[in-house]
Amino acid sequence: MTMTAVLALAVGVFLVRLAGPLMRSRITVSERTETLMKRGAIVVLAALVITGALFADGGFAGWALPAGVLVGGVLAWRRAPILVVVVAAAATTALLRLAGIA
Amino acid sequence: MPPRFFPERDRDVYRDALAMSIGIGIVGVSFGALATSAGLPWWIPVAMSFLTFAATSQFAMLAVMMAGGGVLAGLAAGVLVHLRHVPYGLAVGNLYWDKWWTRLLGTFMLIDQSTAFALAAGDDRRRAKAAYWITTSIMFVAWNVGTVIGVLAGGFIPDPNVFGLDAAFPALLLALVMPAMKDRDTLLAALVGAGVAAATAPFLPTGIPVLLGLLGLLATWPRRKPKEDAA
Repeated sequence: MTMTAVLALAVGVFLVRLAGPLMRSRITVSERTETLMKRGAIVVLAALVITGALFADGGFAGWALPAGVLVGGVLAWRRAPILVVVVAAAATTALLRLAGIA
Repeated sequence: MPPRFFPERDRDVYRDALAMSIGIGIVGVSFGALATSAGLPWWIPVAMSFLTFAATSQFAMLAVMMAGGGVLAGLAAGVLVHLRHVPYGLAVGNLYWDKWWTRLLGTFMLIDQSTAFALAAGDDRRRAKAAYWITTSIMFVAWNVGTVIGVLAGGFIPDPNVFGLDAAFPALLLALVMPAMKDRDTLLAALVGAGVAAATAPFLPTGIPVLLGLLGLLATWPRRKPKEDAA
């Protein structure tokens, strides 16, 4: 990999990040559109949660990973602090793996 | 107890973001170490992390090129997994669209975590702005420091999965989107979207399924309601 490739990725990624606000600045954003755009980002994040919890390297990630995320999710639902949620999720997954559960 | 040197305001955001930064740092270490062990000179992963600041894109490009896929295929993979940032920018872009330099910096620093923290702040615009900049700055430092350590570690590649860090990231995002789920339409759209993404993930290249998740919005397309005339 060369420096040119590194720069090309940096530019490509920047342009992707620029696309959203540029589109936004060209329209008058109504309250309805605002709601929809925020909901869109939430939906993408939720989709990222599911794919991140279930899949790794193009296949099912095994049970330890979704189990950890599930524990985190229940704690989040019970309004535990974010820190607790994240540490509990990681610890659950790590301990399950330590116990030999993939 | 949160250290005293944090400002009173947004102390929880600093604390959460700092804690997250440990995880991001370790992932950065594994990136730097992986790139070095693949035979790349030290400045390539370091420059990549500094100029791109996009973990999934960097790993995607590195993986493709290590497998002998060539520069163009690597670029395509890197940009493809990044496309989810288009809806992110639409949702939070207004938070940094002020002066030319905040636009530049804010665009450069748009990441999953800054988007999620900003959205979790709800309608409080000042807090959303603060959450965006605080989280993204801390993550930027952690990601780059991690990469440099990974490069220096030479050959020792930590496996973040041993610490369950691959569960920490989705759990964090889940906790951050949870408050938005009080809105029934958002909950429905998110459930449908997550379902679509999970169902298509085994068959499509990484990056596409989460975008297809946007189809979930169709389940709840907001209609013009009479109560909107309050606005």
